[in-house]
Amino acid sequence: MQDVASQVSNFIDLNWMNMTYLFLVGFVGGLVSGFIGSGGAFVLTPGMMSLGVPGLVAVASNMCHKFPKALVGSIKRAKYGQVDVKLGIVLGISAEAGVLYGAHIQENIKKAFGDAGSNLYVSVAFVVILAVVGGFVLRDAWKTYKSGTTDAAEKVTKIAKWVQSIQIPGTMVYFKSIDARISVLFTIPLGFATGMLAATIAVGGFIGVPAMIYVLGAPSLMASATELVIAFVMGLGGSFKYAMSGLVDIRLAMIILAGSLFGIQLGAIGTTYVKPFMIKMVMGVIMVTVLFSRALMVPVYMSQLGLIGTLEDTTVNVLKSTSFAIMIFALALGAFIVLKAMWQGRREEKLAAREVVSHGKI
Amino acid sequence: MGSYRKKKPYGSMIIMGIVSIALYAALLVKQDIINGIFGKGGIYAFFPIITAFIFSYFHGGFTGSFWTVLGVEAKKKREVK
Repeated sequence: MQDVASQVSNFIDLNWMNMTYLFLVGFVGGLVSGFIGSGGAFVLTPGMMSLGVPGLVAVASNMCHKFPKALVGSIKRAKYGQVDVKLGIVLGISAEAGVLYGAHIQENIKKAFGDAGSNLYVSVAFVVILAVVGGFVLRDAWKTYKSGTTDAAEKVTKIAKWVQSIQIPGTMVYFKSIDARISVLFTIPLGFATGMLAATIAVGGFIGVPAMIYVLGAPSLMASATELVIAFVMGLGGSFKYAMSGLVDIRLAMIILAGSLFGIQLGAIGTTYVKPFMIKMVMGVIMVTVLFSRALMVPVYMSQLGLIGTLEDTTVNVLKSTSFAIMIFALALGAFIVLKAMWQGRREEKLAAREVVSHGKI
Repeated sequence: MGSYRKKKPYGSMIIMGIVSIALYAALLVKQDIINGIFGKGGIYAFFPIITAFIFSYFHGGFTGSFWTVLGVEAKKKREVK
């Protein structure tokens, strides 16, 4: 990696325009992360690259803003009693291994098939995983919403009940979020998959949070809060690895952090006003929207690899800009739902408080 | 009983805010020197990591107080009995 560092000494010039842009994207990304435990990163890396930041520096700087953000977010949500530190650390460590393995696969694909091959792999991973997991999460949230049971306690899935029932001596650990003893032999592959996804598409939480909810049986609020601990552990290790190669542009990381710390505090506060199914709703909506963004890029990379006929330059440009626009839309939509839910929650809270006061007078 | 409204953390917001602004000003004014050192890699990797922790402490403290001062706070749990 040292040789990479010497090539990438081109840290970009910063002006007020691009600093404001990074600050704002950081804020919206932070807001969503504070709420669902991850997100934002998928817009930040391509966002930085659009400013002329080399790909690896963008990934490294993104990661270096992620771990301090996740730290602040998890401390905030721990105050609300939503964080399972033990589960976060156990999953985080195996996620770290997943990140390293995921990065290794990426390097090999890049060597064998070049940039287009690597991009195609990332996009296909995006589409397949987001379609399966995102579709499932969104369907579940929608079913809860339609059935009118949004106030009821979340049901533990059959698979989670099965996982909780398996006793493997010497591997059982008690997790408070699940309120059961679970074999770490189940958590290790889940953490590993989260890390691999983080190394591939920059958002491990799209696997981590649904896995904690549906496979381990953790409540949505605790799963999304615990994801912040995983993101901290993964981000810290990843940032250090990239920093060893001199790839972190600390200015970019800290400017994004400036915006995202405003966002993450707000997103974390937002979780105290909403019903648990809203976490799934926001996550599902973002995942399914981002899926379309990546799907549009698949033909571009396929044509670069010669798997399909060559596309016109204008077609490629239209596909690229539409893809980026959809990605920003996904994030903005997520942020909008969070803010709206929070606004409604606060209004109901105020009305209830007013009622209490007026009853008191009588 | 205590007072109906909690005192807002103006002091902490101002102090943390000033430190944050100073940190960001220093980072941007000295960006060439900082990137030169931080970009060296190897053992210098500790610099960006420590920087991130310092910024998150002060700026995190500032943003936390900022929302509280604006009145945006977590929902208070009521006893339902």
